[in-house]
Amino acid sequence: MPLDILTVRRIARLARLRLEDSEIERLRQELGGILAWVEMLDELDVTGVPPMTGAVAMALKMRPDLVTEGGNPEIVLGNAPERIGDFYAVPKVVE
Amino acid sequence: MNLTDFGLAAARLALGRREFSARDLTLAHLAAIEALNRRLNAFITVTAEQALAQAAAADAALAKGEGGPLAGIPLAIKDIFCTAGIRTTAASRILGPFVPPYESAVTANLRRDGAVFLGKTNLDEFAMGSSTTSSAFGSTENPWKRRQDPEIRLVPGGSSGGSAAAVAAHLALGATGTDTGGSIRQPASFCGIAGIKPTYGRCSRFGVVAFASSLDHPGPFGRSVEDCAILLRSMAGHDPRDSTSVDVPVPDYPAACARGIRGLRVGVPREYRVEGMAGEIEEMWQSGLGWLREAGATIVDVSLPHTKYGLPTYYIVAPAEASSNLARYDGVRYGLRVPGEDLIDLYERTRGEGFGAEVKRRILMGTYVLSAGYYDAYYLKAQKVRALILKDFTDAFAEVDALLAPTAPSAAFAEGEKTEDPVTMYLNDVFTVPADLAGVPAISVPAGLDADGLPLGLQVIGPPFGEEVVFTVAAALERAAGFAALPAIRAGSPRT
Repeated sequence: MPLDILTVRRIARLARLRLEDSEIERLRQELGGILAWVEMLDELDVTGVPPMTGAVAMALKMRPDLVTEGGNPEIVLGNAPERIGDFYAVPKVVE
Repeated sequence: MNLTDFGLAAARLALGRREFSARDLTLAHLAAIEALNRRLNAFITVTAEQALAQAAAADAALAKGEGGPLAGIPLAIKDIFCTAGIRTTAASRILGPFVPPYESAVTANLRRDGAVFLGKTNLDEFAMGSSTTSSAFGSTENPWKRRQDPEIRLVPGGSSGGSAAAVAAHLALGATGTDTGGSIRQPASFCGIAGIKPTYGRCSRFGVVAFASSLDHPGPFGRSVEDCAILLRSMAGHDPRDSTSVDVPVPDYPAACARGIRGLRVGVPREYRVEGMAGEIEEMWQSGLGWLREAGATIVDVSLPHTKYGLPTYYIVAPAEASSNLARYDGVRYGLRVPGEDLIDLYERTRGEGFGAEVKRRILMGTYVLSAGYYDAYYLKAQKVRALILKDFTDAFAEVDALLAPTAPSAAFAEGEKTEDPVTMYLNDVFTVPADLAGVPAISVPAGLDADGLPLGLQVIGPPFGEEVVFTVAAALERAAGFAALPAIRAGSPRT
């Protein structure tokens, strides 16, 4: 199924990706090509097949719900592009 | 003999006997990097100071007759493993300034065992690619050259191309990689070295920059099967910080390399014989089967009927998981920030400028297949086909101990080839993707050269947690193949 420009813009918005106009047409064609190729899966009847959600069949381990580390804002904020005190700084979101 | 000519196992013995120091071994590798990295671009970051400090600690331990299994062994670390205090980029602009405050579980295990870290190696951005050409830090050159055309730059494969090139060119004794769709085995094949992707859950993913969480497998590269076995034994092990890490003992992998294969049943998956595969690869496959038969194995034809659906399944599941994992890069807490008019604009500009073309393509693909109205048709369907692919392997391993197949459908290609259409590039992973989807262990072993003088690898695939049989069969192949060719560009070579 070919993709249209509006769909590419819509998923780019969902993905929070700013695209230049020059990128959009190329991506439309490339994604359309990939989607046409993966349609190969429609040859298969998967009725009654349970979806595989993990690579190894195992039960998740239980552990006590305890705080094991934390309380170090300098480490947590060490890579912040911008900070104010012990907070990450972002453009104003509430007028 | 030049100190960069030693293999990992041999260097370990020589260090133990104090024939040379860890410092000398490290200095020799740092000098080789200094001489060749400008050309190969295998390393994004070289950590000479750290390496010399680790070497000094290893020498002190070795002098007391102590030291872990990797004491003083210089390694290269794929720049997708977080290393405390050392920049970790995943070859992306968006992580360009990121210095992790914590250490990945795998690199912590290697440090525990005394390894020396030479630096962080190049990769396709966020490990998405098969050529190490999509790195924000420039492409890596394959140290191998076509005999007739030595000027052409070949790709080292990918995504762990920097690690593979570094080990092949004798810039490191071994390296770490990650394999999501073939990113250890395909570059190992292209660079004439060995590389294993263990069972999913064998190596912790804690501290590995996430691409597709249900498919990401950390694993080692070495110039021999035994070198890989030594490294994997250190890297593997249970880690409570990764909920998919499996709590089972780690066997003695190096011991498995010395076992015979008499009586083992090795399967030949007939669906791996694909149209357009080079005749030389088919011949090498036949040679490999002959070697195993001569060593006492029984060769059995098997069927993995859903093989051809592996790639399209992968290119739904992996982008879906990637679009979710990469949502964390928002320009707020770490990494690149591009200012915007408001918060949404800041997110969109940061991500638009921070991610390269292939990563954007996969994020959009993943967002599309997970979006309302398409989830069942694409993502759920792909998860069901993935279950069928796993069943293919489960059925096959009811009959055989291991499978033998080519690693890749071609030898290393030139930079700029296969880039016009993403699907052509994706086809490189046709033989490697199924083992990632099924989570089973698989190794690539160099088995021969093609007519251009380029290395070709064979792949041994085992059942879940069957790394030992994989190492046993791979070591038998290695002994029979007697692969001794070296790349044109390497430390200590007269041509460089």
